[in-house]
Amino acid sequence: MDLELEQSDLDFRAEVREWLEANVPAEPLPSMDTAEGFAAHRAWEARMAEDRMSVVSWPEEYGGRDCGLTRWVIFEEEYYRAGAPGRVSQNGIFLLAPTLFEHANPEQLARIMPRMARADDVWAQAWSEPESGSDLASLRSTAKRTDGGWLLSGQKTWSSRASFADMGFGLFRTDPEQSRHRGLTYFMFDLRADGVTVRPIDQLDGEPGFAELFLEDVFVPDDPSAQGNSGVIGDVDNGWKVAMSTANNERGLSLRSPGRFLATTDRLVRLWRERSGDLDARERGAAGDRVVDAWIGSRAYELSTWGTVTTLNSGGQLGSESSINKVFWSEWDIATHQTALDLLGPEGERADEKWQDGYLFALAGPIYAGTNEIQKNVIAERLLGLPRGNR
Amino acid sequence: MKFALDAETRDFAASVDEMLRRADVPAAIRAWNDGDTAAGLAVWGKLEQQGVFALLADEESGGMGATAVEGVAIAEILGRHGVPGPVVESMFVAPAIGRPAADAPVTVAAPPLAPLAAGADVASAAFHLAADGTVSEAELGDRERSVDRARTLAAATAGAGVGSADPVDAVNHGALGTAAVQLGLASAMLEMSVEYAKQREQFGRPIGEQQAIKHKAADMAIAIEMARPLLWAGALAIAGNPDAPAAAVRDVSAAYVACGDAADLARRSALQIHGAIGYTMEHSLGLYLTKSHALRAAWGSAAYHRGRILESIESEGAR
Repeated sequence: MDLELEQSDLDFRAEVREWLEANVPAEPLPSMDTAEGFAAHRAWEARMAEDRMSVVSWPEEYGGRDCGLTRWVIFEEEYYRAGAPGRVSQNGIFLLAPTLFEHANPEQLARIMPRMARADDVWAQAWSEPESGSDLASLRSTAKRTDGGWLLSGQKTWSSRASFADMGFGLFRTDPEQSRHRGLTYFMFDLRADGVTVRPIDQLDGEPGFAELFLEDVFVPDDPSAQGNSGVIGDVDNGWKVAMSTANNERGLSLRSPGRFLATTDRLVRLWRERSGDLDARERGAAGDRVVDAWIGSRAYELSTWGTVTTLNSGGQLGSESSINKVFWSEWDIATHQTALDLLGPEGERADEKWQDGYLFALAGPIYAGTNEIQKNVIAERLLGLPRGNR
Repeated sequence: MKFALDAETRDFAASVDEMLRRADVPAAIRAWNDGDTAAGLAVWGKLEQQGVFALLADEESGGMGATAVEGVAIAEILGRHGVPGPVVESMFVAPAIGRPAADAPVTVAAPPLAPLAAGADVASAAFHLAADGTVSEAELGDRERSVDRARTLAAATAGAGVGSADPVDAVNHGALGTAAVQLGLASAMLEMSVEYAKQREQFGRPIGEQQAIKHKAADMAIAIEMARPLLWAGALAIAGNPDAPAAAVRDVSAAYVACGDAADLARRSALQIHGAIGYTMEHSLGLYLTKSHALRAAWGSAAYHRGRILESIESEGAR
């Protein structure tokens, strides 16, 4: 057992670090949940793509560097360490792309991936529906066969950055005779197509980070050259299976890479060094314990990621363990931000305080990517073998 | 980079696990609780034959020269079965102070952090480690009962000097071994709870169908699975990092806190899932619960170890 990186991996780390030092914008970009900030983030992603830094783990033919998992984790660590901008294309590259690599045909990949790598197309998730959150199989949107393609109808909601994005992806019922997770199909569709209405929804921070999508006979052609990059992923009526590979990605490694936790912990420890001298004895002991627990949590997450990397590199698969990760990081994230805000005291209330934004974002962690309650059921039933029973 | 146990260690751990499964350890613990240590010491004899107590001793003194990584993998198994007696002191601390446990059980006290020698009733040798690193034969005070009835304690004072050791390294070994045993005990309590929740019915259905029960079990699993990587890293830091004592201190303390917290949670949750039957000595849960509770501060309180981590990360360049 060891935690030693090979020299070539260390060289890669050095190269990424140097590139980021030279290229990360000196001033933070405006929030990507605003029109102005979205455009600025799109330009940043394009800059990254110029030097093949936007999707390092992808094959070279699609704009990547063919990096294995080890280097992907290293890249993420460096990215967060450098304080680089949040990824406006994260839903595409972290959630849709793994699904496409697993289920799309070569023609689709050649058409879609390079545009995603350059953020020419920014993708929005269209998972949730009104009345259908973690119980995704209860969705009601439909796709009906028509001449030369499909017609999508229904309503999707809480779709991150769909207010500004180009394309959407999600599940639609293609077989009305089937229920629950059978008879669903995974579609990509153009958010600017006829029949799509996008209604922005303000989030807790007041920015339109969410949107509601109303779809009325939105045409998705069979002919791949028509209408952007819309189409079906995988087989018709088999969308549930296709979607589940995406779900594990969201809960597991990709969306909440350890890099983010290490960077947040480093900021918290810096804050402690600056502030702890001003605390009185009553505050100091308790706050110190919480700083330590935040550090322990990020170290545990970092190490458990290297364990997962080892498993995957030696041919293993990521299963329900991703649910353990998900509950862990989402709880950790809130506790850590709360600790920082407590160290800041009354000053922390300022709306432009970075910790405050982070806290609001962290609050959503136990809700998205499948609520923590659902994840704990998954752990209990699939990992521990407790009976399913009636819900 | 390969952050996983190698096949050889996994095989060794599986063979120890298999032996203990057949040895009826719960019966041995019950007898030990009543003052009859023969069955428990017979288990020790089998562990000794498998080389468990010579694992960390260097080859010159007849040991196997294995690293702390192998040590924690095996100690977790011993914890999982609740092996009574001074496991941590014999396996981890004795070799760290240059007194490999040739005649296990051996016990070690290191006042003020660990002032009480555990397993004083069965130890064939007892050592005292002073804060300045002086190792001496321990003079033991009156035998006292632990909250774990299979654990006998005695206050230790320094007797005849026999050598010296790095006191920080010795404490690290004691803390790391304790963390491993705690993780094993936590796993055992989770496993028992899952089995119980599957078969125990209330209102005509297994209680394991209830979400409240499932979430308690899931929380235990999360705490255990996220603590294990810290345990391995603590072992790696001790094993391969003589030039970075600060990192070893930090990583061992992180393992101690996380494994101790996982055990705390497991005791509470396992008892809640079992209900009143878990509060009786008729059920085996109590054997693991009291053992784990006794180990809470065996090699330092959680506050002490959190303090060590804070000191480490307060200094610049901690990561």
